Amino acid sequence: MDVDTSKGRMAAYLRDHHDKVVGRWSELVAAGVRGRTSPDEMRRELDDLFSLIVRMLSDADDHAAGELRAALDELSRTRARDGYTPSETALNVFSLKEAVYELVADAAEMVPEYLVFSRMVDDLGLRTFETYSAAREQIISDQATTMLELSTPVVRLWDGIIAVPFVGTLDSVRTQLVMEKLLDSLVATGAGHAVIDITGVPTVDTEVAQHLLKTVSAARLLGAECTISGIRPQVAQTIVSLGIEFGDIATKATLADALSLALQQAGLKVVRA
Amino acid sequence: MERVPILKIGRTLFVSIQIDLQDDTVMRLQEDLADELAATGARGVIIDITGVEIVDSFIGRMLTTIGSVSRLFDAETVIVGMRPAVAITLTELGLTLSGVRTALNAEKGLEILNGRP
Repeated sequence: MDVDTSKGRMAAYLRDHHDKVVGRWSELVAAGVRGRTSPDEMRRELDDLFSLIVRMLSDADDHAAGELRAALDELSRTRARDGYTPSETALNVFSLKEAVYELVADAAEMVPEYLVFSRMVDDLGLRTFETYSAAREQIISDQATTMLELSTPVVRLWDGIIAVPFVGTLDSVRTQLVMEKLLDSLVATGAGHAVIDITGVPTVDTEVAQHLLKTVSAARLLGAECTISGIRPQVAQTIVSLGIEFGDIATKATLADALSLALQQAGLKVVRA
Repeated sequence: MERVPILKIGRTLFVSIQIDLQDDTVMRLQEDLADELAATGARGVIIDITGVEIVDSFIGRMLTTIGSVSRLFDAETVIVGMRPAVAITLTELGLTLSGVRTALNAEKGLEILNGRP
């Protein structure tokens, strides 16, 4: 018996037992989703999927396979966004096998057909899984982009003095972005002094220090002086034990200290009114 | 060969580079500048590189060399108007332009030469 006949017979069999299989399938999936999708909505989704699977098995038309893949992709993406785990998403598809198995268990003559069907469902399940991971990766990269945009404000402290609070771990990509933003702001505002505040940087290692030094020397090339502020006690300990030298770059404990240094260098003095 | 004009304003020489620098243009500029410094006894040189979008290590070294040559004539060199992208490139190349001063724009450069912070 060849595979195509098996598929055809399976399709006919499934079509005859449409309501029964979909009913049992919905029950099995419902146990997994624990009320996050309404039973009616889910039943509708599975009903559509099932019809597509039967159409694909019966080779009724060429579009069925494409439509089925699109429907599955959409389902997996929705599940990924709604916070379902990968196994919960894959079980959506795999539980169809169980529902059908319960039905064919009594009919011994359907075993070869069931095996063909089972392999097809496995492929569909794997596809669900792949789409699910792709959707999750997309979400992660979107969030990373949002974070990059969030984390680089440049604030004007005084006439000719700007501050750049660094927040989060500094890697090469972020440093490049922050550096460009800082230099652009220096040119745009004509500020001669910049304060780099690293209160929000959790750890400073040799790489981060290297990035900081690069930023400062680039700013110097433009003709602006930089002060690094917000060095916390633990960070200071780490910097010293790593043997990092900031050279002639001024470092201060707080942003306020850095501002007063900048004012002093600009020849300004703050007095009580 | 294109030449970069050198303007004398008071006791300052003003060089504004507005073309893409070729190696021979750079050599010519160094020679012209040395001649001019010797002839005028200028005390300061301002090099405006607002128009320079691309730098390499050769141009980076040229700026340092001009600084050293000027120093021999007791003149101070200030590089003004460097673009952020150029500054990043020079930093990545490891050039810190020691021996020359830098300023954001020509006005600030003149203030440095005139001894006003």
